Amino acid sequence: MSTQNALFDAQGPRAKRLTRVFNIIGALVIAGIILLVLVRLERQDQLTWDRWAFLFTGDAWAHLFLPGLWGTLKAAFLAVVTSVVFGLVFGMGRLSPIGPIRWVCTVVVEFLRAVPVLIMMIFFWLWLGHTSLINPNHLPFFAVVLGLTLYNGSVIAELVRSGVHQLPKGQSEAGLSLGLSSGQVLRMIQLPQALVAMMPALLSQFVVILKDTALGYIITYGELLDAAKRLGAAHSMLQALIVAAMLFIVINALLTTLAQWLSRYLSHRVGVRAKV
Amino acid sequence: MRHRKRVVLRALALAIIGCLSLASCGVGGSDHRIRIGIKFDQPGLGYQDGTGYSGFDVDVATYLAGKLGYSPDQIEWVQSPSANRENMLSNHQVDMIVATYSITDKRKKSVDFAGPYFVAGQDLLVQKSNADIHGPDDLNGKNLCSVQGSTSAAKIKEKYAENANLVELNSYAECIGALEAGRIDALTTDDIILAGLASTGTNKGKFKLTGQTFTEEKYGVGLPKGTTRCPEISKAITSMVDDGSWEKFVSKNTEGSGYEFDAKANPPKPTEGCA
Amino acid sequence: MSYFDQFSRLFADYDVVGAFWVNIQLTFWAAVFAFLIGAVVALMRISPVPSLRLLGGAYVHIVRNTPLTILMVMAVLALWTQMHITLSTDFKQNFFNFAVAMLSIYHAAFVCEAIRSGVNTVPLGQAEAARSIGLGFLPTARLIIFPQAIRGAITPLGNALIALTKNTTVAAAASVAEASVMMKKMIEFDSDVIFAIFMTFALGFVIIVIPVGLITTWASRKWAVKR
Repeated sequence: MSTQNALFDAQGPRAKRLTRVFNIIGALVIAGIILLVLVRLERQDQLTWDRWAFLFTGDAWAHLFLPGLWGTLKAAFLAVVTSVVFGLVFGMGRLSPIGPIRWVCTVVVEFLRAVPVLIMMIFFWLWLGHTSLINPNHLPFFAVVLGLTLYNGSVIAELVRSGVHQLPKGQSEAGLSLGLSSGQVLRMIQLPQALVAMMPALLSQFVVILKDTALGYIITYGELLDAAKRLGAAHSMLQALIVAAMLFIVINALLTTLAQWLSRYLSHRVGVRAKV
Repeated sequence: MRHRKRVVLRALALAIIGCLSLASCGVGGSDHRIRIGIKFDQPGLGYQDGTGYSGFDVDVATYLAGKLGYSPDQIEWVQSPSANRENMLSNHQVDMIVATYSITDKRKKSVDFAGPYFVAGQDLLVQKSNADIHGPDDLNGKNLCSVQGSTSAAKIKEKYAENANLVELNSYAECIGALEAGRIDALTTDDIILAGLASTGTNKGKFKLTGQTFTEEKYGVGLPKGTTRCPEISKAITSMVDDGSWEKFVSKNTEGSGYEFDAKANPPKPTEGCA
Repeated sequence: MSYFDQFSRLFADYDVVGAFWVNIQLTFWAAVFAFLIGAVVALMRISPVPSLRLLGGAYVHIVRNTPLTILMVMAVLALWTQMHITLSTDFKQNFFNFAVAMLSIYHAAFVCEAIRSGVNTVPLGQAEAARSIGLGFLPTARLIIFPQAIRGAITPLGNALIALTKNTTVAAAASVAEASVMMKKMIEFDSDVIFAIFMTFALGFVIIVIPVGLITTWASRKWAVKR
């Protein structure tokens, strides 16, 4: 069902009246909820100006919010790059004509998709500390990026696989009949089309990556939530956390809007859509 | 076309590798620097506040490094979470660790200790106005906070107050917020950590320690097994106590908490053998 | 020490099953509440009333773009500590309830979108037929659309359930002693067997999650609406 309006008729006078009544009730409910929250906040003395003023100081932004945001974006960006690489490699592995490669990639991808990201982050954080590979001060960062890469990379591998599977069969057949090997068909004909088809799903996976960087706070990575918490501990927690949440919402909303725009733009170009 | 793609790919790969190796190349370090492991998340002991480092452990480490011939700007501070301390020493990722590191026989098998430089004991931190908690026996039915993964609160439940409620948060700073708001009655861990917490920033003057310590933790300077620096550091600890710096560091980092160190055990004589 | 010895030592020293039981309980309660909230929000989002549509849309967009970790931290540090809100008189239960509440609120947004995608699988003719025999919006939704939509939404709902199962580990941020907290503790005290510890928890989740995936696939085939 593509259009929402299929669920209800164009409204007659009675339905319009009803809708108006419901609209008013709905608006009242919204207003009621907002009022309730405000009253509750007021009663707890949370609305006084000095509980919010610290959010508008240069110090709060220069020393905490902006470095925190940078930590979040840095980890998210690197994780996006590495998960796409991981996803391409393992997605192609799952499409490989060679059995053992396909099986290994399938087991790895299915395993990593089932393990919570937080479990991976905690493990890498403490396990990497047992090796002397990485400067201990960068351990939390690498643990965050590795955890995000392995999980989201596996999801992207699934996207790649299903994207290729959903292409019309004629594409690969045409390639093979030109004398290309199956590897060449995958690389030169199927993957480029599959990538276009999976773009919207890929972008929403980037939102997941960005959100999951917040888990880094549990393993002492200095990201946005951690910064908000430090600021909140010194001033007022609720207000600092609200600002952090709002920053996340704004960035993610931008990414989502981009994804929607891209999906609409691309839907003119390809007929298929990749799904996990 | 193909060629260009390759170049782009290669550049990308190089960028990633470069980024990874750059980030990790700080480990090597030159002879003129000393890498010291501290906690980054314990206000009053070892704390990184965005711009610099502060706390009792930081002051002690800076002093000791000075005696070893390193100026403060030659020190590289390294975060050493409890679970990683032994490994960081045996992997030579740090030259020494000053991070509320209790000397135990089990640990002595894999690392060397100099010190102790402080003898701490587990204590309780309560609101200043609190009149009914004087020690661990008063905690039945009370709400306690400790940090995830630490054993101090579990110890209380086991030995002193079976019916205490326990909440485990992610850091001591979170616990003290709950204590200030009256959601928990007491926060428990080593006395110096509590005193450090209670003396930072806006916490000053709001809390008190019960002063009834019920364990003994000897904080030592952790060193790689087989180090030759141990006697030198022992001497430095002695001179830190003798020239008054030790007491200055304690009072500076516990100011406003009403804390007085246990004078029977402190200041300690560095008794570790330095094998 | 062989791997078998390492595992048996871990299981002897720690109540691993007990920790996972907490995750399973969290999953169960959060799944129930997330489904209820999600269904109501989905109904709002497809309703003829603009203000309800707006409210449902705002809910989904705000919640879906907020990290679950922030919601968990907010529950304990802002709602409980600062605002003095409690969800149970029992001290421990209170944190469990907070975790369930936040997991439900967060995953309800995904349940809502799963149901909406299920609604999209219902052919237009179904709704038109329902209206032509005189059914209004609610009866159409309840009798015709939802039963088919839920069956079409089994796969995305299953994915949401799997995500929820794994996200119960985030309850660590709300002071619930579940599997990831125990894992941290175990690595702290038995770091010599760190691989065995990781495999214990990773495989634990694989054992819980993979059957859910298989059941979902089976169910979505069994109850698929034949068209």
